[in-house]
Amino acid sequence: MRQENCKIVSNRQIAENIFELVLEGKLAAEMNQPGQFVHVKVADGFDPLLRRPISIASINDGLFTIIYRRQGKGTSLLADKSTGMTVDVLGPLGNGFPVDEANPGQTAVLVGGGVGVPPMYELAKQLARKGVKVISIIGFQSSNAVFYEKELAEFGEVYVATVDGSYGRKGFVTDIINGLEVQADIVFACGPTPMLRAIENGQYAPKTYLSLEERMGCGIGACFACVCHTQEDPKGFTYKKVCSDGPVFQAGEVVI
Amino acid sequence: MSSLSIQLPGLNLKNPVMPASGCFGFGREFSQLYDLSMLGAIMVKATTPEPRFGNPTPRVAETPGGMLNAIGLQNPGLEKVFNEELPWLEQFDVPIIANIAGSTEDDYVKVAEQLSHAPNVHALELNISCPNVKTGGIAFGTDPDMAKALTRKVKNVSEVPVYVKLSPNVSDIVKVARAVEDGGADGITMINTLLGMRIDLMTGQPILANKTGGLSGPSVKPVAIRMIYEVSQHVSIPIIGMGGIQSAEDVIEFFLAGASAAAVGTQNFVDPFVCPKIIDELPEWLAKLGADHISELTGRSWKKNERLAYYRP
Repeated sequence: MRQENCKIVSNRQIAENIFELVLEGKLAAEMNQPGQFVHVKVADGFDPLLRRPISIASINDGLFTIIYRRQGKGTSLLADKSTGMTVDVLGPLGNGFPVDEANPGQTAVLVGGGVGVPPMYELAKQLARKGVKVISIIGFQSSNAVFYEKELAEFGEVYVATVDGSYGRKGFVTDIINGLEVQADIVFACGPTPMLRAIENGQYAPKTYLSLEERMGCGIGACFACVCHTQEDPKGFTYKKVCSDGPVFQAGEVVI
Repeated sequence: MSSLSIQLPGLNLKNPVMPASGCFGFGREFSQLYDLSMLGAIMVKATTPEPRFGNPTPRVAETPGGMLNAIGLQNPGLEKVFNEELPWLEQFDVPIIANIAGSTEDDYVKVAEQLSHAPNVHALELNISCPNVKTGGIAFGTDPDMAKALTRKVKNVSEVPVYVKLSPNVSDIVKVARAVEDGGADGITMINTLLGMRIDLMTGQPILANKTGGLSGPSVKPVAIRMIYEVSQHVSIPIIGMGGIQSAEDVIEFFLAGASAAAVGTQNFVDPFVCPKIIDELPEWLAKLGADHISELTGRSWKKNERLAYYRP
């Protein structure tokens, strides 16, 4: 983990309100797990004050890519930054998807919803590299929000769902999973909480890993803003911190 | 003697900068970033007799220049803090100020008694001002008589000096400060967070699951400065100031208002290296102000016949 002013190599819009930011920094060398995230300071001043947790989409020779949705003041400021400027980044943070849990020859189903899609790209890359069959299922609100379909297709089949049916299959990612004829050995997912809950309940594979999202303060485990209950002790005192124990948890580990 | 070293009841500080309670956990996370021994002290997370899970999430919300939190004093409980967290911190050459909390007077007494026996705990911070818990916390901090009585009880059992953390959520903070001084407090820490709220425009509902939370960050600094300015003129015990400190300049301002040391809270989340940076930059500020020692600055804003050397840019 380090704090670094990373240089912007590119910052471009890739779908409606979705931006892909490529950064150069020494901390790229420390990124070793897909699903980890960085904590980005988007403004020099007081507003917004806190950093923004954004997942890492890809890691490549001293460069790393993050993808974010322009939603509020902070992400709008980030979207306004251009090539050559620097961004204050803290990372890599958290524990990502366990690539080792998938064996060569096995089938992994990767499920991404909205801004939950980005970590699936680096995950797909690493799984494919070790000989795991990758099937990606990505879901969006509508056609203008779709991104990374082609990129994911480099590593295996890709299915797209849109809620309004304007692209791919109408409905949710779970509608696609339910119709899959292939038996998955492992499922990896990142997206909105209802989607993660549906995937956990669906028990689509012997092993399932889910990446959670929660409002964070520090991003490193000190502030206790992003804690969740464990399923072993759902109303008790044992807890996991999404930022430092996660954001990736095995299905059944924490209460979603 | 270093220009930054400070002597306060129970505390022999290398420098006056310490992370504030609740913003630094028990130091484990920040120890991955820098050597905690460089800090003046560490105010560790509030400890209650029993483990607490805290409030439901979301527990934080942003405001312009600030942050609302409603963590709810989540902590692993007295035994775990005493047997695991504090011994772990012994590897660092840094005094610990243990923040103690509870729902009843007996809770506070129990935690104070045990934690004050930990070898690296040099002072207690009596947390009577947390706005995010329904019982205890702020109930003690807003009633001068209760604050005084609780301070006295904790003093009676504590092996180390007791600092009382004051709430800004009162109409007359001087009254509470005097009450805890009467109760035997060795020092005061101030301010805790200001009770606040934000509402999501789209849902029409409060953003925090707890509805309300404590406001911290640079937006509360003027309130903290004003309160320290008032309190420091009416008590004879030292004040550790906090509330929106982001820089060495802010620390100097807190000293001028009447503080004798300074704690950094929210800014640790924004810049995890803020405490070492401030420690590094303070000597330059003393030189600019013509001060040989940082303690010379305490209360200069209200002390008569004491003027700083002219600012030399």
